[in-house]
Amino acid sequence: MSGAPLIEVKDLGVRLNTSRGPAQAVRGVNFALRRGETLGLVGESGCGKSVTALALMGLLPESAVISGSIRFDGAELVGLPDAAYCKLRGNRISMIFQEPMTALNPMHTIGHQVAEPLLRHAGISAAEARQEAIALLDRVGLPDAAKRVDAYPHQFSGGQRQRITIAMALACQPDVLIADEPTTALDVTIQGQILDLIAGLVEERGMSMILISHDLGVIAENVNRMMVMYGGTVVESGATDAVFTRMGHPYTQGLFRARPRLGARKGTRLKTIAGTVPELADLPAGCTFADRCAIVEARCRAALPAVVDVGAAHGVRCIRTDVSMAAGGSIA
Amino acid sequence: MSVFFLRRILTLVATLFAASLIIFLVLDALPGNAAQMLMGADASPDAVRALTVKLGLDQPLTVRYLLWIKGMAVGDLGNSYVYGTPVAGLIAERLVLTIPLAIMSMLITVVLALAAGIYTAANHNKLGDVGVMSLTQVGIALPNFWFAILLILLFSVKLQLLSAGGFAGWDDGIWPGIRSLLLPSISLAVVQAAILARVTRSAVLEVLREDFVRTARAKGLGKREVLWRHVLRNAMIPVMTVMGLQFANLLAGTIVIENVFYLPGLGRLIFQSIANRDLIVVRNCVMLLAAMVVTVNFVVDILYAFIDPRIKVSNL
Repeated sequence: MSGAPLIEVKDLGVRLNTSRGPAQAVRGVNFALRRGETLGLVGESGCGKSVTALALMGLLPESAVISGSIRFDGAELVGLPDAAYCKLRGNRISMIFQEPMTALNPMHTIGHQVAEPLLRHAGISAAEARQEAIALLDRVGLPDAAKRVDAYPHQFSGGQRQRITIAMALACQPDVLIADEPTTALDVTIQGQILDLIAGLVEERGMSMILISHDLGVIAENVNRMMVMYGGTVVESGATDAVFTRMGHPYTQGLFRARPRLGARKGTRLKTIAGTVPELADLPAGCTFADRCAIVEARCRAALPAVVDVGAAHGVRCIRTDVSMAAGGSIA
Repeated sequence: MSVFFLRRILTLVATLFAASLIIFLVLDALPGNAAQMLMGADASPDAVRALTVKLGLDQPLTVRYLLWIKGMAVGDLGNSYVYGTPVAGLIAERLVLTIPLAIMSMLITVVLALAAGIYTAANHNKLGDVGVMSLTQVGIALPNFWFAILLILLFSVKLQLLSAGGFAGWDDGIWPGIRSLLLPSISLAVVQAAILARVTRSAVLEVLREDFVRTARAKGLGKREVLWRHVLRNAMIPVMTVMGLQFANLLAGTIVIENVFYLPGLGRLIFQSIANRDLIVVRNCVMLLAAMVVTVNFVVDILYAFIDPRIKVSNL
């Protein structure tokens, strides 16, 4: 976990062209990820976490405007031509998507799809790639991998398909794995198995991982460091333990209070954060959370707050941390 | 495979049966007696009656229908009222022209449509896309007989490259025949290709939005590789469906186009037989066209199962 960071993102901004006009989907995102480190991105839908991941993968729509810098192993990725990006994708940076039911091509056998990145990047023969695909499918816990390698995606369950996409992502032993809500579409009983599988593989292969989730529980259990995103900005970041012990941003606190709890008395209403996520097409000038914040002041709306350090490598984008953290950043 | 196949065959047979019933009843309900038409208005009632008996037109409806079905089963379609020769022979000598014409038109349609459809989808909303799509809009609006006349004016009258009509036959080798079918098949293909190109474009665009396209990109495949390896096969189902339906349009188009180019094909035979009230020829020709359309769509259904692995299992 030492040396130069594997991924270094500086002042990343992404502007998307939506049907409602240009939208600043992501702005001012900074982070560094070292080899073997795991980072969680947490936030509601539309907060910019998937856009950040797709920016790293170079898979944003052509009309997207990316600013800032993404360095991977020292090389700049922003503005990299697609042909050069193709040599990285699936090879050194891989991604697992949310929807296992639609992420696989229904017309190709799973063996073919798992072997495809190997054929593309590893320069091995089709027969070797097939053997490797069987080994990978076996490793991700697909039963009877050798027999089922020529089956089609529709012959598998959702959990099995997610195992197949994991095998695909790991085929070329990537340095970084980006998992975008890998368990959101799965049955609750399967979610834990898939997360354990991913965690085991990350550990075993010494990969770095960026795990995206809207589920604080998933983040708490699976990553070393976390970033909370809201309205396209990172509102809080730090070591997972530190953030969970002392939550600095009113949004993080609200998100934590809003989680459902076991053992709560029957009839206890789930806590919510009042209001809705702002439209990215017309974000407020100041703090993006201002409209929903309980401790908002006039100066919150003046300009986007700077990041305040509230602990070792624990930053909060809020000018009222004195109040928010005094009010009990650590309480549930 | 077997259940899927069996169900398709049963549908095929049922459709052909229904088609034969409709064709027979509609032609039978037409006013005017074939015997009277053949002998002219001045013929004596006795002579007309004698001819009616000779042609078997005095028999009850069901008997005539069953005799026709039985005839088709053994390959005896009866004799033409007008020419007096076997209908089967008349049709066979016309098919020598119409089948190659239909195949050539379909090939030109598919090549033009897939090229234009894939090109425009890959260049979505760019200049090439807008340009080619405008062309297809014009193509759809073209009446094929009018376009045929334009082709004749250009290639036959002005450039004198191809003949304006007639069929060279296959006796002098394959090329003279193909040359004489070139302009007719292009005129038939252009409208169909314009429609199919638009279908192909939207099918490809739809597949391009699928999640597995992003997965394929995330593996490191380039856009072109994704298009050829992952998108096209998925986009082929709607394209083939429309191709099957277009085959019927194409056969209907041959009736007009064979008349424009003076081609002695099946379409022209139907046209002339209708004019002559040679109903036995009309009936068998229409039945043949129906059978061709149903068979082509049957083949399309079978091809679905080869393209899409999901279809075999669900036994659609």
